[in-house]
Amino acid sequence: MRKPRLFFKKFYLAIIMLFLYIPIVVMIFQSFNAGKSRAKWEGFSFRWYAELFRDRSIMQALQVTIAVAVIAAIIATILGTLAAIGIYSMKKRPQSVMMTLTNIPMTMPDIVTGISLMLLFLFTKVERGLITMIMAHITFNTPYVILSVMPKLKQMNKHSYEAALDLGATPGYALTHVIIPEIRQGIITGAMLAFTLSLDDFTISYFTTSPMVQNLSTLIYSKARIGIDPTLNALSALMFVALLVLLIIVNRRTADNSQKA
Amino acid sequence: MYNMSLPWWGWALMGAGLVCFVALVALSVRRNHGIKRSLFASPYTLWMIIFTVLPCILVAYYAFTDANGAFTLDNFRHFWDSNYTKNQLYAQMGPEAAAFISRGTVNVDTLVYSLWMAFLCTLISLLLGYPAALYMADRNMKIGSTIVVLFIIPMWMNFLLRTIAWMSLLEDQGLINNFLRLLGFDGVQLMYNSGAVLLGMVYNFLPFMVFPIYTSLSKLDPQLGEAAQDLGCNAWNKFVRVTAPLSLPGVISGITMVFMPSVTTFFIPRILGGGNTMMFGDLIESKFLTEGNWNVGSALSLIMMILILVSLSILRKADPEGEGGSLI
Amino acid sequence: MKKWLVLLLSLALLLPLAASAQEVVNVYNWEDYIDEAVLDQFEEETGIHVNYMRFTTNEDMMVSVRANPGAYDVIFPSEYCVERLIAEDLLAEINYDNVPNMSYTLENLLNPDYDPNNAHSVPYMWGTVGILYNTTMVSEPVDSWGILWDTDYMNNVFMLDSIRDTMGVTLKYLGYSMNTRDPVALEAAKQKLIEQKQSGVVKAYQVDETKDKMVAGEAALAVMWSGDAQYAIDLNPDLAYAIPKEGSNVWVDCMVIPKTAKNKENAEAFINFLCRPDIAQKNCEAIWYSTPNTEAIELMGEEYTSNTTMNPSAEDVANCEYFHDIQDFIAIYNALWQEVKNAK
Repeated sequence: MRKPRLFFKKFYLAIIMLFLYIPIVVMIFQSFNAGKSRAKWEGFSFRWYAELFRDRSIMQALQVTIAVAVIAAIIATILGTLAAIGIYSMKKRPQSVMMTLTNIPMTMPDIVTGISLMLLFLFTKVERGLITMIMAHITFNTPYVILSVMPKLKQMNKHSYEAALDLGATPGYALTHVIIPEIRQGIITGAMLAFTLSLDDFTISYFTTSPMVQNLSTLIYSKARIGIDPTLNALSALMFVALLVLLIIVNRRTADNSQKA
Repeated sequence: MYNMSLPWWGWALMGAGLVCFVALVALSVRRNHGIKRSLFASPYTLWMIIFTVLPCILVAYYAFTDANGAFTLDNFRHFWDSNYTKNQLYAQMGPEAAAFISRGTVNVDTLVYSLWMAFLCTLISLLLGYPAALYMADRNMKIGSTIVVLFIIPMWMNFLLRTIAWMSLLEDQGLINNFLRLLGFDGVQLMYNSGAVLLGMVYNFLPFMVFPIYTSLSKLDPQLGEAAQDLGCNAWNKFVRVTAPLSLPGVISGITMVFMPSVTTFFIPRILGGGNTMMFGDLIESKFLTEGNWNVGSALSLIMMILILVSLSILRKADPEGEGGSLI
Repeated sequence: MKKWLVLLLSLALLLPLAASAQEVVNVYNWEDYIDEAVLDQFEEETGIHVNYMRFTTNEDMMVSVRANPGAYDVIFPSEYCVERLIAEDLLAEINYDNVPNMSYTLENLLNPDYDPNNAHSVPYMWGTVGILYNTTMVSEPVDSWGILWDTDYMNNVFMLDSIRDTMGVTLKYLGYSMNTRDPVALEAAKQKLIEQKQSGVVKAYQVDETKDKMVAGEAALAVMWSGDAQYAIDLNPDLAYAIPKEGSNVWVDCMVIPKTAKNKENAEAFINFLCRPDIAQKNCEAIWYSTPNTEAIELMGEEYTSNTTMNPSAEDVANCEYFHDIQDFIAIYNALWQEVKNAK
């Protein structure tokens, strides 16, 4: 009796996976189409991959995307980790105020966050560009870092920090050698989360940058409006493969680590 | 080649903030022989005041002022009557023009339409996503964690690209229609309508529904189910009385995470809907970037913000412990 | 492994930040409106780096120019926006000592109403608005805007998602001026557009996407700018372009320099470069709009002069109308347009 039901469950999940992956598979196929048409197959070619690497606006956007994601993730991680330690050691009242403040950017719709930041930059007459985009990304990233670090702090033994001080450690030493190692996993998760969110963001970047500095999302948006651009298919196919490889490497490494342990 | 310039006071402010932070920490170290750790949060507090609190105040400021900065409620009248400025101009132009004065319902209609679409999107995601999460959490399956990864991978790809990919499937000359014609059927119009927009939304937001439900289901103790069965529950009763209530926090969190981004979507209607339908996000964007009317745009944003806060607090009531948010 | 990753990331970080402090010109042009190879050629010949940015509609461009003072050195607005920008005192006067190639400009485009003596603007391209149609799907002659309302073409018409253009052609169809300030005419045009949408004729409202979709045969009829139409015809010989008998819009897209420009001389060098006959020819052959450059027309010869899409007859042009700045009426246009978009 169990077998057919299990089969149905697997079948259902397969259908959902099909729904998720069909457009991606189609995109990858199209990236090898020699012609420009989306519907007609005109032969196999690497033409769009060659054009992708020649297209300087895409290459520039790729650099901007990675630069913004890395810088914003690093700053957000530092800011967020410090903040989490600080908030954790606060008294009840200020702690809840700070957590509410942290929740605001997470509950606000992206478009409102983007527009409110745009208004800030326009109001203060700060020219929008790379720096404003990084600032915006730090703003929406940091709360996620705090939320990743907080649970680890709560799991930590409350007295180990004081114990370290009693044993003669300087506060800085106690921070780097007692607290940080304990919450390391949370920091790494937070940093990864920040990096991913930053890579994928469109709406907030769209409002906080000038047309001069485009990341991949804003560039794709403007390109999608012109019409068919198979270089975008090539780009997504490459991104997909890169992600897959990254995932396999990470999986291998965690598997290795668990074997060692 | 990029504009890296902040005004001088921008750098000064940042420098001053840094100096203050270091000085505060240094001072407290000398006084207490230990850093007051709550001070660690001060750079973040400063950052949030400048980049979250201040911008929100600015939105409110623009929403309640006119182009000259004087206090006004006109922007909200604008929301209620999208022809507000037009009517004022007509009123000055004599009886012939005045005959055309009428309330414009564009903004209110668009809001209602967006809420309706978001509701449908949430409902469909729930109906599709709950069984998926349930089956993934099934211990007999042994593939739950693999499926989670399979759900995540598409999310890492740019979602604009994924949405555009749907275009090549749905177009009149697209793959699905070509396939239908190959089988001898007539082509159907799949794109340029609300259905296509809904499909795009469900496609993009479904994982946000599945993850929290899966998280809360996989935390369930399997012995609970066994106990229920031992006490004579059949499979359906077991689901209704045990599994479903215990997965409620995940469901609520999923609903929040799907509903909110779907109300404010503003690119999917343009790509898949062919500009035939407008959602509230499109409206806000066009107020700012096409009409350059920050005041009315801010008023619309404020209305949106309040709406989200209200619906969130309602959902919070249904899930007081806030457990469901564990994924984010 | 880890070290490699760090090295790679830091390289990726440094690259975009490097290569600053060099002569630049910040250009803000329409999507798909230049031969991009021309930009490389300009950089090679002058050593000035081009930051190239794009916009989709005049309205978006105007908002961005007002919101980002100093961001742009050369912008490409249409004539009615030049008029508006001059009225708002946002444009610098061009020093024609630095733009000697202005002498190649067609005489009938010089000293226009919107900018006396071309003090602030140099024509870049000109063209018309008309109907692009697929001859395999449309058998009757296309000579009137009325065909866009014909229910034989259910779900088969692409309209422009551009306020002035779409309102403009509807006004023309109803026999009014495209620049009318008469509420009766405007409300009638709105009603006509809502009627069109509700009848189910319209497939989509879009701008730059249309040309590729017309090539693919997604619709029978589309309101199009002449250059985009020519681009599509070139890829799909079944397509044809017509300017309806009621008349249409003729426009000139110009190159202007904002007052706040940071690199005015580079901007003038760039404008002068685009006015050079061989460059004007390249651009014309890449985007298929009508060039104002007499020498470039000479170079292209028969191929250009015999093409009625790119080189419409004098009568057709005389039948067309320029847009003018409608000032505060833009609020009315916006409201009317939103009602059209909202109609179900």
